[in-house]
Amino acid sequence: MSTATLQPVETEQEWRLPSRGVIAMTSLIIAESAIFTIFVVAYLYYIGRDVSGPTPKQVLELPIFNTVCLLSSSLFIVLAERAIEHGKMVAFRIWWLVTMALGIIFLYGTGAEWYKLIVKDHLTISTNLFGTTFYSLVGLHASHVIVGLLMMLVVAVFSLLGKVKPQHAERVKVLALYWHFVDAVWVVVFTVVYVVGR
Amino acid sequence: MLPRTAAAFSPTSIFSTQSTPARQVNELSFFVLGISAAIFLAVSLLLAYALVKFRARSTDTAEPPQVFGSTQIELSWTIIPILIVTVLFLGTARVLFSVQDMPKPASALDVTAVGHQYWWEFRYPQYNITAANELHIPVGQGTTGRTTFLKLTSADVIHSFWIPQLGGKTDMLPNRVNEMWLDPKTPGVYLGQCAQFCGAQHAKMLLTVYVDTPEQFASWIAAQQKPVAELANGGAAAGAGPALASPVPVAGAGNPAGDAIDALTGQKVFEQQACINCHAVSGTMANGRFGPDLTHLMSRKSLASCAMANTPENLKAWIADPSQFKPGCLMPAMHLTDRQNAQITAYLQTLK
Amino acid sequence: MGEGTFPIPHETGAGIAAAGGKGTYLEVIHSWIVTVDHKKLGIMYIVYALLFLVVAGVEALLMRIQLAAPNLTFLSPQTFNRMFTMHGTTMVFLVGMMILFGLGNYLIPLMIGARDMAFPRLNAFSFWMSALAGVFLYFSFIGGNGLAGTGTAPDVGWFAYAPLTERAFSPGHTIDYWTVSLLANGIGSIGTSINILATVFCMRCKGMTLLRMPLLAWLYATMSFLTLVTISPLTAAQAMLMIDRYLGGHFFDTQAGGSAILWAHFFWIFGHPEVYVLVLPVFGMVSEIIPVFSRKAIFGYPAMVAASVCIAFISLGVWAHHMFTIGMTSVGNAFFTLSTMLVSVPTGIKIFNWLATLWGGKIRFQSPMLFAIGFLFQFLIAGLTGIMLSVSAWDWQLHNSYFVVAHFHYVLVGGIVFMLFSALYYWYPKMTGRMMSEGLAKWHFWLMLSGFHMTFDLMHIPGLLGMPRWIYTYEANRGWGTLNMLVSIGGFIQGVAVLIFVYNMVRSYFKGAIAGPDPWDAWTLEWSTASPPPAYNFAVDPEVGSRRPLWDIKHPEDMDSAFE
Ligand code: HEA
Ligand code: HEA
Ligand code: HEC
Ligand code: CUA
Ligand SMILES: [Cu+2]
Repeated sequence: MSTATLQPVETEQEWRLPSRGVIAMTSLIIAESAIFTIFVVAYLYYIGRDVSGPTPKQVLELPIFNTVCLLSSSLFIVLAERAIEHGKMVAFRIWWLVTMALGIIFLYGTGAEWYKLIVKDHLTISTNLFGTTFYSLVGLHASHVIVGLLMMLVVAVFSLLGKVKPQHAERVKVLALYWHFVDAVWVVVFTVVYVVGR
Repeated sequence: MLPRTAAAFSPTSIFSTQSTPARQVNELSFFVLGISAAIFLAVSLLLAYALVKFRARSTDTAEPPQVFGSTQIELSWTIIPILIVTVLFLGTARVLFSVQDMPKPASALDVTAVGHQYWWEFRYPQYNITAANELHIPVGQGTTGRTTFLKLTSADVIHSFWIPQLGGKTDMLPNRVNEMWLDPKTPGVYLGQCAQFCGAQHAKMLLTVYVDTPEQFASWIAAQQKPVAELANGGAAAGAGPALASPVPVAGAGNPAGDAIDALTGQKVFEQQACINCHAVSGTMANGRFGPDLTHLMSRKSLASCAMANTPENLKAWIADPSQFKPGCLMPAMHLTDRQNAQITAYLQTLK
Repeated sequence: MGEGTFPIPHETGAGIAAAGGKGTYLEVIHSWIVTVDHKKLGIMYIVYALLFLVVAGVEALLMRIQLAAPNLTFLSPQTFNRMFTMHGTTMVFLVGMMILFGLGNYLIPLMIGARDMAFPRLNAFSFWMSALAGVFLYFSFIGGNGLAGTGTAPDVGWFAYAPLTERAFSPGHTIDYWTVSLLANGIGSIGTSINILATVFCMRCKGMTLLRMPLLAWLYATMSFLTLVTISPLTAAQAMLMIDRYLGGHFFDTQAGGSAILWAHFFWIFGHPEVYVLVLPVFGMVSEIIPVFSRKAIFGYPAMVAASVCIAFISLGVWAHHMFTIGMTSVGNAFFTLSTMLVSVPTGIKIFNWLATLWGGKIRFQSPMLFAIGFLFQFLIAGLTGIMLSVSAWDWQLHNSYFVVAHFHYVLVGGIVFMLFSALYYWYPKMTGRMMSEGLAKWHFWLMLSGFHMTFDLMHIPGLLGMPRWIYTYEANRGWGTLNMLVSIGGFIQGVAVLIFVYNMVRSYFKGAIAGPDPWDAWTLEWSTASPPPAYNFAVDPEVGSRRPLWDIKHPEDMDSAFE
């Protein structure tokens, strides 16, 4: 090691840099948005171009309850973020679990919808263009819900074991960012599939 | 000079234009080429000057004065390119709209061109004929000129229709119809080829356009409209039925169709083979659509989208093993005996 | 060393061997496989990419043999088609992307004074994902149609237009290997891009504000952003293709009403920005190397930053210039003509700023600078042929002809590969502690230059004479024969040049002169530490007061920080 010491340039203000987690999650969200955009474009492009049925009008029902669940989960996760920031760990656990429960209900709703479509309406991914684009887009979203739930599960387990501390608020916030994104995408998917496409 | 040398050099040069769209594009291209050449000269001369003038001399080790930028200079080399781009764009837009949005004259000839994996199908809806591989169109300029409007589509994958001397290329897509037009100046033969990768034999999906005088074109149409000449003994409908039920290649000897090497026997053999599943000869039971229409095969100068000249030897060799000429093409070797092959060739020879 | 210098960590012995020289071979290999050090990962990226440069180069040479004269039968049509598909895919994804990420990985933390990337483990994961892509892609040679010995490889071109890629037209598994490979590569690229963005924004050393960052870091950040928004559409499109091929979907199934154009749009929404993803980091390298060898600060730093960001944004709106013949409306064609041409404005700013940096300098013609000058000159020509292609009406003639092939090799080889050589000559001493032989470098440069121009200058002409791409052979009567022969010979000259380069790298690793921390008398932070840098990069966390911290130290009488 050289002995010469570096005379630091005098800087008054503190050297502050943005949080790695937030930047990384924002980047991931940008990338994911691009993926969703492509699937949405394909969906819109193929609306009404089918050469055979069934059509969306015949088989799709508005998943209102599901939508309410998923969107409200975004509120609860904000409450959880607040709670952990203020060190209220019990409240954090409760809001966190509520968020997860709402996510699970949503997932169940999607499952039930698919079950009906496949068994009753005989619409599968290979039936026609509608089937292909519908299952791909909704499935892509559902897979993001699943990933989100799995990550939240990890936090939940650690939290119940008492390993999550207020100083982890930053990480929780990053995860919440992802969850907000999943919700926001649902708004788009809902509009495209159930409003425009029907 | 440049265009003329290029034309002498190659029959597919984009600079020896023979049709209005090609000519307009060509004029535009020289305009763009000129501007680009000027930019190139200006910038590369500056670069060369800087390299020579400002090279380091070994005697002088002091650092040169440091300059960090200059708003004025930087603005100038932002604005000048913007102006150049405007000029280039306007020039392009003029040609673009004039070629692409040309209204179709009432007298235009309609041709529907369909790309297939490695061959071309040409339908003339106004005359009710279907031809393959060699496109015939009339001269398009002058008092007797008649513009040709092409509707382009595809039966399988994407192809692209391109005859450099007559005009730019337009893609042929399945499920979609694109349009382009040509008005060739002088009669003659023009070469081109498929310009979008479409599979193993993309390279030999060649294209020949015969630009005819009005008279030649009329007589060509008339010839194409004629049904095939009935062969003596009243065609081949008889006896083909049972053979179809067992389409196993029939051995030469004991062949119920007889084994003379002539057109009549040839037709029977042809119709007993799978040929007719893929090829059509109008007026006979052959009505396949997968391969080129063979009704007027002998009116074509080449075989298999210009892969070779249409001679009896080539025809026979092609039928024996198409992959010799176009490996990977979609016509299978039919495993005929030599005799069957000769019979079929004799028959095809009559399809004038 | 007086006050204000950066302490240089003592590290005796030269080369990476020193770092790994402490154990058995097995231990060394193990240490490389499990490493999360950005420098080791960077070097692995680079070596991996150079390996594939030779592989894909050999594929190109095989094509060139087949095309040297009319009607040759050296390669079967199927093999030829596989060769250009593999050549294009390998060069873009396994050579271009990998080597750029490698250099980025190696250089960014050093240049911004950080100890590592923001997420070292993600970094390792991304490398191995990308590396896996190469394995998948080349496995298709033996696994394409099952393991039964009928080896094949994808043969649909690197753009893989639908519906040729659908099961109906491409049975077997070759396309599947291609798809999986690009998916893996895409995941790796997205991972690395996130990492680069996080590093650039969150790991800068004290005093390094955004506008004091080396341009290279800026350009990598821009490139990473562009990667996020362009590789993702490719990933999505590949997923759709997989759904079609494996689950019977109809995204690109024209029989069921699907569209062939949709794939083309999706591919080029990726494909066009992708070429700028490849070229932006290269702009960064030019912007580091030209100032050092002309002994002047970069001219117009803020404009350079703005131009880079502009290029990235404009490039998102020009993709359909690859589709002028697909049957767009005239308004569509006009729009994409204009947007494409607009890219030339910020690109022009860059070219002129580099020129202005040379102007009034004292130019040293060492090997990195030679290649950088080659880049400047060739990129200018390549950009101008790009402008010709963007003239949509003319593009109806030029599209899919060898003119296009010449254009993009001019950028990819004359621009990017030349600049990669320059960068490797420039930073090799930092990576290994040894200088490369300047004599061999000169041979390499002049051979590469003449081979390049022989190949790709002449290649424009057959294009103008109507020669389309992707043809495995052509007729003698077309008049393309002589030109193609010369083009092929040029290709082999390039091959010899690359061989010299590889030899130079290997030789110098063992025999090169010891470099010392700062062989080029340069100004950015990576030259303030030992060559090769220790695992922790800097003895003391650096702190900077200007864009050229080492200049400030070397020239206390004329500090940059005085002008800020
Ligand atoms: C790194 C790679 C790279 C780069 C940087 C570029 C840069 C450009 N490219 Fe290129 N291109 C490719 C790689 C690249 N390209 C590839 C791989 C393909 C083919 C893909 C395939 O089909 O397989 C392709 C194909 C391609 C096409 C489609 C051709 C076709 O298929 O028909 C077009 C058409 O517009 C085009 C245009 C341009 C333009 C306008 C630029 C511009 O960015 C150039 C801008 C630069 C300058 C103009 C020079 C400097 C500027 C000045 C000195 C200022 C003054 C100048 C003016 C005012 C004009 N490119
Ligand atoms: C970074 C990208 C990159 C690079 C560097 C290159 C480099 C080269 N390319 Fe490539 N090329 C592409 C990207 C690239 N290419 C793409 C994207 C396509 C489109 C594919 C498609 O259409 O699908 C393409 C297509 C393409 C074609 C068109 C194929 C066709 O459409 O039919 C041709 C034909 O000549 C060609 C040739 C070459 C040559 C001669 C080189 C040379 O510069 C290579 C020089 C390097 C070497 C030769 C390696 C060194 C070799 C050794 C050390 C081994 C020993 C040497 C000897 C035996 C001499 N390329
Ligand atoms: C599986 C379908 C198929 C069968 C069966 C088939 N062909 Fe073909 N044939 C094709 C296709 C496809 C082409 C176009 C090949 C090309 O140019 O790539 C073709 C081309 C030809 C041509 C050249 C046509 C031209 O316009 O240049 C002739 C002649 C021909 N076939 C004759 C025959 C005969 C005779 C038989 C039976 C012995 C036969 N074909 C059986 C599909 C078939
Ligand atoms: Cu048809 Cu290429
Ligand atoms: Cu492009």
